Amino acid sequence: MKKIIRTRQFSALLNSHAKEILRQPAVLFWGILFPLLMTLGLGIAFTQSRDIIRKVAVIGNDSGQEAGSFKFLKFMREKTQKIKALDKKHNGYQLTVKDEKLGTSVYIFEETTWSEAAILLKRGEINLIIEDSSEDIKYHFDPVNPEGLITYLNISLIINSKRSAEDTQHEKIEPLTLQGTRYIDFFVPGLLSMGIMMSSVWGLGYNIIEKRSRKLLRRMIATPMKKSHFLISLMTIRTAMNFIEGGLLFIFAYLVFGIIIQGSVLALLFIFIAGNIAFAGVAVFTASRTANTEVGNGLINAVTTPMIVLSGIFFSYQNFPDWAVSFIRLLPLSLLADGVRAIFIEGAGLREIAVPFLVLLATGIVCFSIGLKIFKWH
Amino acid sequence: MNNSSGRLNSVIEVKEVYKSFRKGKDPGKTVEAVKGVNLQIMEGQFAALLGPNGAGKTTLVEMIEGIQKPDRGEICVTGKKWKGHEDELHKIIGLSLQETHFIDKLNVEETLKLFGSFYELHKNRANEVINLVDLEEKRKSFTVNLSGGQRQKLAIGIALLNTPKILLLDEPTTGLDPNARREIWSILLNLKEQFNTSLILTTHYMEEAEQLCDYIIIIHKGEILREGTTMQLLEEEHAGKRIEFALQNYKQDDNLFTGSKFNIQWDRSKEKYTASFKNLETELPDLFNFIKTKGLQIKNFESRRKTLDDLFISLTGRHLDEENNQN
Repeated sequence: MKKIIRTRQFSALLNSHAKEILRQPAVLFWGILFPLLMTLGLGIAFTQSRDIIRKVAVIGNDSGQEAGSFKFLKFMREKTQKIKALDKKHNGYQLTVKDEKLGTSVYIFEETTWSEAAILLKRGEINLIIEDSSEDIKYHFDPVNPEGLITYLNISLIINSKRSAEDTQHEKIEPLTLQGTRYIDFFVPGLLSMGIMMSSVWGLGYNIIEKRSRKLLRRMIATPMKKSHFLISLMTIRTAMNFIEGGLLFIFAYLVFGIIIQGSVLALLFIFIAGNIAFAGVAVFTASRTANTEVGNGLINAVTTPMIVLSGIFFSYQNFPDWAVSFIRLLPLSLLADGVRAIFIEGAGLREIAVPFLVLLATGIVCFSIGLKIFKWH
Repeated sequence: MNNSSGRLNSVIEVKEVYKSFRKGKDPGKTVEAVKGVNLQIMEGQFAALLGPNGAGKTTLVEMIEGIQKPDRGEICVTGKKWKGHEDELHKIIGLSLQETHFIDKLNVEETLKLFGSFYELHKNRANEVINLVDLEEKRKSFTVNLSGGQRQKLAIGIALLNTPKILLLDEPTTGLDPNARREIWSILLNLKEQFNTSLILTTHYMEEAEQLCDYIIIIHKGEILREGTTMQLLEEEHAGKRIEFALQNYKQDDNLFTGSKFNIQWDRSKEKYTASFKNLETELPDLFNFIKTKGLQIKNFESRRKTLDDLFISLTGRHLDEENNQN
């Protein structure tokens, strides 16, 4: 009678795949050390305690307004003695507010245009845009972003404390939506998700292509080895590696930056497994035909690079045009990153991640099935 | 093992097999790699498949190995077709490809154990094979660090793990230095003595075929041109001798004997004229007279018994070694 699982065969395959990974320092570097270094670098860059600098973009409501002519800035210059002009490269002013308990806050007001302000906002360089018109001062910020809210409140406080009867400009709030509070909170779940994708697609897809190009697949299938065992053992070991890599990254982020999981750990485990299945499927599909490592390289880059750019790993994809966002949010990496982020930051549970979980699972199963159907073993 | 009638059992039977491939992207253009091949390999027989590049050797071996399916015809291994017997047949076939790379970061022992697990073999089998292919010193070496010869030994070791009934070796010594080549031959000759394994060997080395194999199959353009034991082929073809000569003070060319009754070729590699004569005593005086009438004189005349290489040249129009030199 045929055994469904040949334990010795399967465990020998698991063992060899694990050794293959662990004995390559480059793999360990890119899989474990690099994400840690990246987290450390970006974490330090964005979370170190120092003078709080809050950049604000100041824009006029008509394009003909000349630099330095903004009413808001004139008001600040006249009423606030501590405001200083920026260097010649930058049009604007800097206001330093010292507080014994809260520390020093530096407000940098840069005169700019809407398009430049939008870019600064996308880059996370500013959290508030002040639109200056003869009638109104409009504050554009994300009300759920504490940085934006604090900046707005402080500036509004300064303005109102200096106002006199003849100042007729009204203040208005124009909410913006931008995900993420502390950047590291936003970044770590994205990095975890990207790690799963990169590790699966490269580790699995490229591994398959390389084994095919070196005729190892052809040699292996000339034995009684079960083909499914080969692929499933590769996927299993890759998932295990991803679990270790992700776990280490989280522990590191927790210890160094105080990142916590606000939502359900079980939900995180579910979405993690679904993500692994999805990208393992994508990897098998991507690597199903070619025996050329150069082509494989290109294919894998073609699959991963757009998702890295679009899926809101480093910055929110909400800043893309609306038509694009509806497409981007369906990308496997977006689904995974959004799901992981929702669990980490928003306290999401199983119910909230049910849809991305199912879509990721379906993506993996469909891609794997098609990949297996067209798979070239030699 | 003999069957009840005392005759050797056939382990591989290829009947009227055809295989063609699409040439380029044009679906209308095809190349016929194998054309109506019939072949029978007996138990314990060591057969060499000789042919120039593109002759159809690898396609034929791949069909025997079950990797390719014939367009037409039938292939039976130990009396069984591949369909429905894959697992069973994989267990009795050992295979070594011309060039295989293994998992770089597994050592020799681990690689053998991994492949051994596919056959559900005891771990000790890996040790036996390490001794068999003389890789004891390299037991703990990563496969990436092995030399070409050692890697080929490992490939043969893997092929021998399951003590195969049938061994298929695709150019096992191509690219190896003479010492490494002889070491591989020694392993295979031991195998021949100790086990009743049948072997199909594709090779570019005539010497290898003659040393190892008792049955020669010459394949060219997808067809088998000659087959038989070395003795049979030589006797059949060589009721005469091979002559080689050069001409004094003459700028040699292919045209000198064109239109004459002599089938004499100019061998560029040897810089000599070559020909096969069935009856030297009657044909040679005619040749000398012909050359004399042209006002020329013979130098460096040699006559010898024909070899398999001569047979190969007369059938395919080229040296078997040329393939190697081109590669």
